[in-house]
Amino acid sequence: MDFSSFLLMRHEIILLAVILLLVVAEVSISNAKKSSVVHLAIFLFGIHTIVGFFKIDYGSLFGGMFQTNELIHFFKNVLNIGVLILLLQSGDWLEEKIIQQQRGTEFFILLFSSLLGMYFMISAGDFLMFYLGLELSTLPVAALAAFEVTKRISSESGIKLILSAALASGVSLFGISMLYATTGSIYFAEISEAITASNLTILGFVLFFAGLGFKISLVPFHFWTADVYEGAPISIASYLSVISKGAAVFILMILLFTVLKPLMHIWENILYGVAIITMFIGNLFALRQQNMKRFLAFSSIAQAGFILLGLITGNQLGTTTVVYFVLIYIFSNLAAFGVVQAISLKTGKENMSDYEGLYRTNPNLSLVMMLALFSLAGIPPVAGFFGKFFLFTAAASKGYYLLVFLAVVNVTISLYYYLLVIRAMFLRKSDNAIPYFKSKIYMKLGLLITAVGILVIGLYSPLYDYIHELSKSVF
Amino acid sequence: MIEGITIYEILTVTTIIFFIGVYGFLTRKNLISILISVELILNASVVNFVVINKYLYPDMLQGVFFSIFIIAVAAAETALAISIIINLYRQISSVEVEDTEMMKH
Repeated sequence: MDFSSFLLMRHEIILLAVILLLVVAEVSISNAKKSSVVHLAIFLFGIHTIVGFFKIDYGSLFGGMFQTNELIHFFKNVLNIGVLILLLQSGDWLEEKIIQQQRGTEFFILLFSSLLGMYFMISAGDFLMFYLGLELSTLPVAALAAFEVTKRISSESGIKLILSAALASGVSLFGISMLYATTGSIYFAEISEAITASNLTILGFVLFFAGLGFKISLVPFHFWTADVYEGAPISIASYLSVISKGAAVFILMILLFTVLKPLMHIWENILYGVAIITMFIGNLFALRQQNMKRFLAFSSIAQAGFILLGLITGNQLGTTTVVYFVLIYIFSNLAAFGVVQAISLKTGKENMSDYEGLYRTNPNLSLVMMLALFSLAGIPPVAGFFGKFFLFTAAASKGYYLLVFLAVVNVTISLYYYLLVIRAMFLRKSDNAIPYFKSKIYMKLGLLITAVGILVIGLYSPLYDYIHELSKSVF
Repeated sequence: MIEGITIYEILTVTTIIFFIGVYGFLTRKNLISILISVELILNASVVNFVVINKYLYPDMLQGVFFSIFIIAVAAAETALAISIIINLYRQISSVEVEDTEMMKH
């Protein structure tokens, strides 16, 4: 092992360099010019995103604690793109609201630390690295949720997030200790050889699954979701619902398909039940929401239920469809949250009834929102349809016809409440509709990228084949 | 290894501590008490790791290393939670759970 083998961690090293540069910038830039930190951070992260696409070697480091392969590398790039869009969308909010309080740089440092944790989590090779990555990705987000220190609602959401995250990681650790007791190792490679379906292993797996289920907000562990999304700043809510959830889904998939594969007859049944209640609870609760952030929170719970349809298969088709769906979901949900953020920033309005007549005053915003909601609901021309279609195909290929039927029922329910928002925007007239406003360039760029992504990803089929090719490396 | 005490007794104690923590998390009305309950859960896992390492796999130190990292991360978690609680206390002069219910469906 020589120095060059550290370049396997190129993503992590560059991101760490960006974080350190921002610390230097915080010290050296005077308070009067602090708003340049926003431009600097977005610029540096853009470079990091581009460099991420360059070719990289694959292998493992530190005696197998850290590993990369083609799919992990690809997924890190997907996360990068998501965070870049999110930064573009929240640039205006930072400049207008946060820089005045002299606190802009912390936002980026905490956000990037959390992303660094996700990198380590998804390329973990043993449970220790996995646990450290999980905590590094959760704790800064809790601090960010409580970021608007003058608002009571933000502090409440922060305390709810940190306490439930601590409980989840504690439960999950207790489960890991049981897996350690039965297999005698914390390394994934050794566990997958030694694991058998004894009672203690199953108990350990269930406790461990509960911890990750919290991150993905599957249903018995979803109670924090709506409150945290509503109270936290919108960019953090969208980070939680998109990036954090995507990374947790990815590592859960890797663990289930490789390490815990011998327990497949157990976790199939667990996922089957959890998928059904997650879809139904998420969708039925979303029906009665008036606040857009709560609405999107429940909608994201329901989407997590759909993702489980791909996880239940346990084969290469499942891997491909899950990664493909998460990619589409990142673009669609970021577009929806972006529009909510643009409107909330200019007017402070977040309720569904405030959106009435939006098409007459702000046609571009309502078109982006319409695309995003169509994609989340899965209406044919846009990307979301293909994502859901492939997920259902994967589940049906394993013979889960009843599950696919229930999922289709849920798509119909979800279509109803997504159309409620679209009806409010396009068909309703209102005397006090939100007046016309112009967003700044960052927000426009962020929304444009998501809209193009929603339209293009579904129709550009080589991308699906590419992911399918990469997902061979998992097995 | 402790003379005269088997692994079953220690694991029984840690399991009891774990469930006391879960029970406390669900029933306590004070944010600080909830934080203490979470610490109980984490410490139960720490003891689990050390005991399993010492009794079952004494030739490797994976469990002991793991427990050191858990202690460090738990400290960070507590510090962050306390700082958020203090910030909340400045605004509402209370650390009771029932006062943090501004958001209801």
